[in-house]
Amino acid sequence: MFSETVILRGHIIDSLILPKVLDQILTQGGDFKIGEIKIGQNRVDQSFARIEVSAPKHETLDDIVLRLRQHGAEVIEKADVQLAPAPADGVFPKDFYVTTNQQTFVTFNGAEIEVHPALMDCAVEIDRESRRATARKFHEVRRGMEIVVGHQGIKVVPVQRSTSHTDVFEFMSTNISLEKPKSGIIREMATELQRARAEGGKILVVAGPAVVHSGAVPHLVKLIEWDFVDLLFGGNALALHDIENALYGTSLGIDLKRGSLAERGHENQMRAINVIREAGSISRAVETGGLKTGIMAACVRKGVEFVLAGSIRDDGPLPEVITDTLEAQAAMREKLTGVTTALMMGTMLHSMAVANLLPARVKTLCVDMNPAAVSRLTERGSFQSLGLVSDLEPFLRELTNTIAP
Amino acid sequence: MRQLLLCPPDHYGIEYEINPWMSRARGADTPLVQAQWKGLFEKLSSLDCKIELIEPRPKLPDMVFTANAGLTVGRRFIPSNFRHEERAGEAPHFARWMEERGYEVVWLAKDLYFEGEGDALFGGDVLFCGYKFRSDINSHRAVADVLGCLVISVELVDPRFYHIDTCFCPLPDGGAFWFPAAFDEYGQRTIRDHLQDLIDVPEEEAVHFSCNAVVLGRDIVLPEGAPKLVATLQDRGYTCHPLPMSEFLKAGGACKCLTMFMPQRESVE
Repeated sequence: MFSETVILRGHIIDSLILPKVLDQILTQGGDFKIGEIKIGQNRVDQSFARIEVSAPKHETLDDIVLRLRQHGAEVIEKADVQLAPAPADGVFPKDFYVTTNQQTFVTFNGAEIEVHPALMDCAVEIDRESRRATARKFHEVRRGMEIVVGHQGIKVVPVQRSTSHTDVFEFMSTNISLEKPKSGIIREMATELQRARAEGGKILVVAGPAVVHSGAVPHLVKLIEWDFVDLLFGGNALALHDIENALYGTSLGIDLKRGSLAERGHENQMRAINVIREAGSISRAVETGGLKTGIMAACVRKGVEFVLAGSIRDDGPLPEVITDTLEAQAAMREKLTGVTTALMMGTMLHSMAVANLLPARVKTLCVDMNPAAVSRLTERGSFQSLGLVSDLEPFLRELTNTIAP
Repeated sequence: MRQLLLCPPDHYGIEYEINPWMSRARGADTPLVQAQWKGLFEKLSSLDCKIELIEPRPKLPDMVFTANAGLTVGRRFIPSNFRHEERAGEAPHFARWMEERGYEVVWLAKDLYFEGEGDALFGGDVLFCGYKFRSDINSHRAVADVLGCLVISVELVDPRFYHIDTCFCPLPDGGAFWFPAAFDEYGQRTIRDHLQDLIDVPEEEAVHFSCNAVVLGRDIVLPEGAPKLVATLQDRGYTCHPLPMSEFLKAGGACKCLTMFMPQRESVE
């Protein structure tokens, strides 16, 4: 939303100028917030109103403001952001403005520019020529880039909480709901996923290997096959345990059907890595028929994009795993465009990492059997997150039962 | 006794076009101009008022419309800041003339367009001010600051009725006659909120500038061409004096435009 602040003064109540101005804002497709209003006590006293006018498009706002000027509205000139050059590659100037994950606008040469992407813990770079404002991570900054410093000229637009009683986020926003009936919450989560799909939003799943350990692979595969997953983020372990399970029926050597250690089971993981490395990639292994079942195979068959980020304790890793953390972060960020809902399960580390990349408008559903993981995720400042403490297999079983077409 | 300011039409003519009535192709007939103005002067002189004359200046053809000289309340005179350059030259003459007669001249900020009594008429103790075509709404606030009275700002929406005195005429008993369609919906509502007994003038009479009338007690001097309005006003006990005004209508003016009250109100308490 673009906005301007205007002031109205005079006998604006008796002359019906205030209601006229407010009506005009609405009928022209804008919105308003009255920041301050002082109504004259006596008949001859003048009144005063400070109104923040907003509109979804810059042109709409300009049209509205032009009309309001005729009725005496004075526009408060906005101060520009202050800029300072980055002193060196990878270093922001002192006092750099630190972004949030909320929609943010900066005023530059008197006009508001939206900062893209809405990414937390960044600085804002202004490009004078293209008049673009970009959120930059440390490693992206280059010496001499013009970076916003201080707080002047910055407007943050928080995501509005839904006031609709049909919205699960309205009554349980940022609750981990340990004491609430799980089936109700799962039903709400299912509704949310259905809504996201119906509205054409992208659904991101972030999953840890616990999905495999807990025996929930068939359920997640169903979600993929039913088109409830557009994007999958995880680590080496998720893919590896899934592939080990697909090839040998074990996860970290444990026979998932019997729940006991398989003979020479500890070797299976290494053999699975080797199969994939030999094929060249997970996708290639699926295409050549070496890998037929499981989460990764379902993703490849359905064309679901995945990003696997590496970590220091990874075995292998599998060929698709990105071991450079900055590169992995960039790959995730690039694919996040269009994501409206994120389902994060059984991995605190990957979920936290992804959550830090998400704009606040993305709705997040967090499921973990560790209450601390759920609360850390839901309390990280997202305005629309819903948490559930649960083992993954029963959760995904019930979710797929609810969603089943 | 009311005191009025008039300006003889010696230099009057249609020399530019700053409203939909004006057309240089349709000039004023000079002998008729003189006769119509003399008719107004004589009619007003015969009523209970004293008339002052300001010397007309060459190249200021609209100076004849003294209502746009400014607004006088008590001994204070707020000169106009004309929107059109063509008329801006009138302001210093009027201001000097008023100053010489002992009025305190209070100028508004130069960037606030204000066209005097043409856009500012008292109805009861409320000053009704028109805006958009000529005066700026922000000038109304400045006028309210100077005078300390309630100013009701109403938007004019029909370019033919570009000043409030072309479509609205307050009456001494608290009512007014007006052409409602010249105002936007909010203006109509606020006028109705503040004045009772409003007489609506039909469009076919309003276009003769019937609302551009000089009210002196129970006498109303107005342009001819409004038999219905005249009948209504006479029913209410007013005496109407319709006058031919065709030559001034060519410039978008009539009886009231040719007259300024000195003062329009003695005080605003």
